Amino acid sequence: MIDKTLIELPTGLTSRRRFVWGTSALAASATLWRPTIARAADAIKIGYVSPKTGPLAPFAEADGFILGGIRATLKDGLAVGGTSYAVEIIEKDSQSNPNRAAEVASELILGDEVDVVVVSSTPETANPVSDQCELNEVPCISTVVPWQPWFFTRGGDPAVGFDWTWHFFWGLEDIIAVFTDMWGQIETNRVVGGLFPNDGDGNAWGDPKLGFPPVLAGQGYTLVDPGRYQNLSQDFTAQINAFKQGDVEIVTGVVIPPDFTTFWTQAKQQGFNPKAASIGKALLFPVSVEALGEAGHNLSSEVWWSPNHPFKSSLNGLGAKAVADAYTAATGRQWTQPIGFAHALFEVAVDALVRSGDPKDKQAVVAAVAATKLDTVVGNVAWGSGPVKNVAKTPLVGGQWRRTPDGPFKYDLVITSNSVAAMVPTGGRMEAMS
Amino acid sequence: MNLLNAVVQGILLGGLYALVAAGLSLIFGVMRLVNIAHGDLIVLAGYVALVAVWATGLHPLLTLIVVVPIMAVLGYALQRGVLNRTLGADILPPLLVTFGLSVIIQNGLLQTFTADSQKLQAGAIETVSLALPGGLAVGVLPLAMFVVAVLIIAGLQLVFYRTELGRAFRATSDDPSTARLMGIDNAHMFALAMALALAVCAVAGVFLAIRSIFDPAIGPARLLFAFEAVIIGGLGSLWGTLAGGIILGVAQGIGAEINPGWQLLMGHLVFLAVLVLRPQGLFPKGSLA
Repeated sequence: MIDKTLIELPTGLTSRRRFVWGTSALAASATLWRPTIARAADAIKIGYVSPKTGPLAPFAEADGFILGGIRATLKDGLAVGGTSYAVEIIEKDSQSNPNRAAEVASELILGDEVDVVVVSSTPETANPVSDQCELNEVPCISTVVPWQPWFFTRGGDPAVGFDWTWHFFWGLEDIIAVFTDMWGQIETNRVVGGLFPNDGDGNAWGDPKLGFPPVLAGQGYTLVDPGRYQNLSQDFTAQINAFKQGDVEIVTGVVIPPDFTTFWTQAKQQGFNPKAASIGKALLFPVSVEALGEAGHNLSSEVWWSPNHPFKSSLNGLGAKAVADAYTAATGRQWTQPIGFAHALFEVAVDALVRSGDPKDKQAVVAAVAATKLDTVVGNVAWGSGPVKNVAKTPLVGGQWRRTPDGPFKYDLVITSNSVAAMVPTGGRMEAMS
Repeated sequence: MNLLNAVVQGILLGGLYALVAAGLSLIFGVMRLVNIAHGDLIVLAGYVALVAVWATGLHPLLTLIVVVPIMAVLGYALQRGVLNRTLGADILPPLLVTFGLSVIIQNGLLQTFTADSQKLQAGAIETVSLALPGGLAVGVLPLAMFVVAVLIIAGLQLVFYRTELGRAFRATSDDPSTARLMGIDNAHMFALAMALALAVCAVAGVFLAIRSIFDPAIGPARLLFAFEAVIIGGLGSLWGTLAGGIILGVAQGIGAEINPGWQLLMGHLVFLAVLVLRPQGLFPKGSLA
């Protein structure tokens, strides 16, 4: 602990000087206080980066609850290879900013000297943190980014892959399969209107080779794609015009929540009423659906995790429903999808640390991560069988938001498609909106 | 037909931009203060309205009775307590202080209200529309916003040119030292101007909160178009701000009709064109209004 105080004492200095001070202090302590160093090394340090503030903050909203549970489970430490280690989880806030995410990742790696980094929620958070870990050769586990924007955006080569960074989530191919399965359940003219923004997700979804267009064409759907728009547009008249003219009955897209509200309200004002609207991103959180008032009924969305998923935690044995109920009991709030994945992230990390034999040996830890075969609260996570070396896929289903006049919350997410993940039970069939 | 619809919707959107920009324009006109926290203050007004709805169950539009005075008092206190101390020959200190204010408001709201998206539910009025000849449909709410924007700007214009208070505002703006010699309390004048500006912010905040969802971090995005509307119209000119907002809205609408990717771009291009060809804006009017 002595070395830690030394590093943190001169807080008034700039970070570079603090770093130099810190390293020289470390070098000094290495020769003078070797026993202290050895004792301090007994704690396993896990670094966790998530967007606690800024526009992406809803993703990290359950962090306090999840980490409280994980810390309670690990309070007696971990036994690895016959030695007992205390576990310290160090949280960092990315402030929803990719530059900040990279900065805190390097603080975790160089300052706190963590043994493994775990990171969650959107390419803006997971990608820069993964890049820092790859660069500094620290094991990193990430989630809550469809795998293509995580792998290809970082310049991943499927033939080579990455050495230190490992990712589990689903991919674009799954969401396309889920959405088309949901639309197949209702009677429509199979004309689809696309709302694809000019950002990483929108360009991937609208990509003429890898996105929605080829699959839709193959299944006999017609796609009306007015083109990429900028996020935070205040007016969607052009899209609504195009959809009305193209006789669109199904709307899809990957839209940020404020834009979807603007679009949906304007669509109603201008008399455009599609039979189905399956939207990625905008409808993840119950609050965004509640914000639409009555007009949110039967909107559909991808579902990565729900209380009805038949999985349970490898850390505390609780099932998905128990985890969600505990969250509601502790916070009074409805469950959200990131809860399961934040929990699973620590399941995977702890499992790998235990199997590594030596949590202080980064090579051993990363080898253990790569060899993971674990049943978690979000399903089985196992690298090796995924689309590329560093990606493990988790099951994806689709659902519709239904009003629940009698329930504790205004809306409930009912699973209506499990064509790609048959182990997850459905709660009903798709219903047309109008 | 589509183009006509794009223009009509663009004009209505322009009303919204003008409503958001009016307070900014007013403050700049009176005291040369560029308020970076303007967008966040509008979001703050949305949250005040939200609390009023939670507490009283009033219709969101009726909460204006409470939100407008609260914001006006806040504006007066803010100007007297903080911003007046930063005004001077150097324009940087007020800029930096309002920037800091923006960060404080955002994080304060995040702490208090969490990152949840919020929206004011106004019921049926949100989606009702008037059918116009030619198959056009105009939403009642956007139309109401446009009318309110025009009324507010006309009202401000009236205050500035037809009242004692307006004369004092203009005097302070033109020549603070002489105004003081004539017995005008500049600090009080500036604070009244800020109160007026935040009262307008309150109206904009409530309408925006009904129109779409908001969260603590969305303020800066509101600010950008307001800035552009003010610059296009000419700094310090209120009617210019309305014209600037409409030009921006129509440019975006037409841009989107060509290709949705051009929507915001077209607005920015018009903005740049005005800056290059007529840096003083379309309707500059001396120092104020």
